Amino acid sequence: MDVSQKVIEIIAREQHLDPGVVKIDSTFEQLGIDSLDGVNILFALEEEFKIDIPDAVAQNMKSVQQVVDSLTRVLEGKDISDLVALAKGEAQPAAN
Amino acid sequence: MRRVVVTGVGVLAATGKEPEPFITNLIEGRSGVRRIEQFDPSALSVQIAAEIPDYRGTDYFAAKRLDLIDRFTEFGLVAAKQAVESSGLQVSDEGRPRFGVMMGAGMGGAQTYEQGYCSLFAKRATRVHPFTIPKSMHNAATSQICMEYGAQGPSLATSTACSSSGHAIGEAFRHIKYNFADVMLAGGSESPVTFGIMRFWESLRVLATGNGDPRHACRPFSADREGLVMGEGAAVLVLEELERAKRRGARIFGEVVGYGLSSDAGHITQPSVEGPTRAIRMAMDEAQLNPEDIDYINAHGTGTRLNDVTETQVVKKVFGERARKVAISSTKSMHGHVMGATAAVEMAATVLAIDRGVVPPTANYTTPDPECDLDYVPNQARELRIRAALSNSFAFGGLNAVLLVRKFE
Repeated sequence: MDVSQKVIEIIAREQHLDPGVVKIDSTFEQLGIDSLDGVNILFALEEEFKIDIPDAVAQNMKSVQQVVDSLTRVLEGKDISDLVALAKGEAQPAAN
Repeated sequence: MRRVVVTGVGVLAATGKEPEPFITNLIEGRSGVRRIEQFDPSALSVQIAAEIPDYRGTDYFAAKRLDLIDRFTEFGLVAAKQAVESSGLQVSDEGRPRFGVMMGAGMGGAQTYEQGYCSLFAKRATRVHPFTIPKSMHNAATSQICMEYGAQGPSLATSTACSSSGHAIGEAFRHIKYNFADVMLAGGSESPVTFGIMRFWESLRVLATGNGDPRHACRPFSADREGLVMGEGAAVLVLEELERAKRRGARIFGEVVGYGLSSDAGHITQPSVEGPTRAIRMAMDEAQLNPEDIDYINAHGTGTRLNDVTETQVVKKVFGERARKVAISSTKSMHGHVMGATAAVEMAATVLAIDRGVVPPTANYTTPDPECDLDYVPNQARELRIRAALSNSFAFGGLNAVLLVRKFE
């Protein structure tokens, strides 16, 4: 399965956007995705891929590429401690 | 003293999806009660409700918006839009801090809660939708309407069961009267026709079954009454300070002149005579009106024996000799009991009745009840120049809200 294609598909679906509008290098800001939309996209990704995305990882997802990268690592069961550490330094709540 | 007038009305109910068809159907005595269509009600003993006919959220909202709003908020937004557009209301940027929204809801986002709990407990889901809270919170309708129209002034959500939107309209009226605001959108919205909520009400044994004949199921004040019928919908009024309304040449439907509220402090479901009596008197005192000045009472009139008998006693107590001369009707017989929105739906009916000069009837009245011996305008509407009217709401929990509206002159 092509993770990036699936991510683009899900983001487009959840944001009710034409899939062609969502590019791999789009930022959430460019796509008009606010914090609440972001939480919704995470939920959709978790449902789709049957995984749990830790909050620390979620906080680094601000662009399509970041989503794909983080998701790939979670899916492959790789060590994500660096992402957790990064999040700790600039921790922001996912909503509000 | 600042005066407060109604300059816009929006209604979404089983008896009409806009004010004109809504009041026309009420006047013609047409009930909106039917077999439930939102879900299969076969497992329920009570399979009827006053649902909005042919309602589709997609007819009113973009898909992205619908993701984030419960059905009760949809209803509130639809009614608010009608009210604002029909009133021609424009609020400048400087005016926004004195423009507010007050909406009542008794059950709020019941449908969203139900879906969340269903996936958690029945489907054993490990995660639930992240919009569950922003959709279901009781203030969602108020907040979404504030966002839609840029209302930045005094705003709140009330939840006092069947009186919720009566309190919302009353508080909005006072905020304008006492100079905290100039324009308010006030009303209520409710979407209680869900499998769970129907079951909960069913177990209280206050619902009319009427499965074979939904349209005649709700028979307030009639000796053969069976109970209340659940309804859904919303109503929103534009309340405006009189001089502001005059300056812009607004159409004025009526003037809100009194608001009374009280608590029975007695029983959690059984109404008292004293509590509602005090609420009506408070509204009439505020308006400085006497029983002789009131021509119509839109009754709480749920169609439960306890309500109908108690409300009759209340009217007798407040009105004395006049009690037999005042026209009383329960429009719930047609639009159902819209719970937290019901006071607003009935206030809309009252305002439109004043505007049209016609009292809508109590539909489905068949048999006089010796304990309910007043003029309930049975089955036939009555042409009447209504100088002033009361809209009663006596809620479970004993919290009463009474609104008094006068023909504008």
